[in-house]
Amino acid sequence: MSESKKNFVEGVRSEIPLLIGVFPFGMIYGALALNAGLSNLASQMMSSIVFAGSAQFITAQLVHDAAPGLVVVLTIAVVNLRHMLYSASLAPYLKDLSIRWKFLLSYLLTDEAYAPSILHFEKEGLATHKHWFLLGAGFSLWFTWQVSTAIGIFLGAAIPESWSLDFALPLTFIAMVVPVLKKMPMVAAALSAGVVALLAYSLPFKLGLILAALVGIAVGTLLESRQTAEVKK
Amino acid sequence: MNIWLIMLAGGLITFGMRFSLIYLFGKFEISETLRRALHYVPPAVLSAIIFPELLIRNSSLDISLGNTRLLAGLVAILTAWFSRSTLLTILVGMAALFLMQWL
Repeated sequence: MSESKKNFVEGVRSEIPLLIGVFPFGMIYGALALNAGLSNLASQMMSSIVFAGSAQFITAQLVHDAAPGLVVVLTIAVVNLRHMLYSASLAPYLKDLSIRWKFLLSYLLTDEAYAPSILHFEKEGLATHKHWFLLGAGFSLWFTWQVSTAIGIFLGAAIPESWSLDFALPLTFIAMVVPVLKKMPMVAAALSAGVVALLAYSLPFKLGLILAALVGIAVGTLLESRQTAEVKK
Repeated sequence: MNIWLIMLAGGLITFGMRFSLIYLFGKFEISETLRRALHYVPPAVLSAIIFPELLIRNSSLDISLGNTRLLAGLVAILTAWFSRSTLLTILVGMAALFLMQWL
């Protein structure tokens, strides 16, 4: 087996445990996007055009709430800002690749592809062919995400409207937030964002959401900076 | 805005952020503060969606036992805390809502 193929297979293999968790998540996304009022085609295409789990759930929620397009796009941007961190962290390992490779790997750069790849790169260093590992991890995730979305859309179409499935979206968000609430600044960020969202609910164009998110981010960041400063004293 | 325009813009921005520093390697650094702030984005955005979903009914604040979504949401929060499972949180939360709407 050639070096590149070996790296690709290794990438796929490292991704498998993550795929087990991603599969039901993709199905839930498909069913909920459909339920939120997106067409079959739009629900499916979002999984390849945006290709970012939490941003897709949030888009479905905001479209369901009839938020203005600009606010939805702005929210997607804020939610996906973290990808710049992954981009920065992988950059030294990918710097010698052609622009085509950089395009392809950037498109496939999700949380789930990043995690095993950075571990692999840190271990292997700047060996050639290692980008095939990221391709293997990224592509297997991409493929799983498309298939699970399709199955979710298929199943979602069979669920009657009287089931209030729209409530599953906020429940999904609860399942994403609660496990990260381990430290005080995180809890404060979540609570302050939530309270501001309630206070600013009547602002037009769902701007309350953006305001609340910014306040939450600021509160968390300030509290953490203060804690770090106190430890240093 | 049309859903396709939203997806296209959202997709381009997402791709742009993934591509940004791979492309600009060495020409641009992320400051420590921005790095720190990014950790707080998911809980802040998601909470800003969750709170109104649970607490606002018919455009006004509803903190009462009659608000079934609030009660089911609290059940889901406890489930998420103890189980750390997405699937279980959704199932238990939905079941709680069904039960309360039936009763």
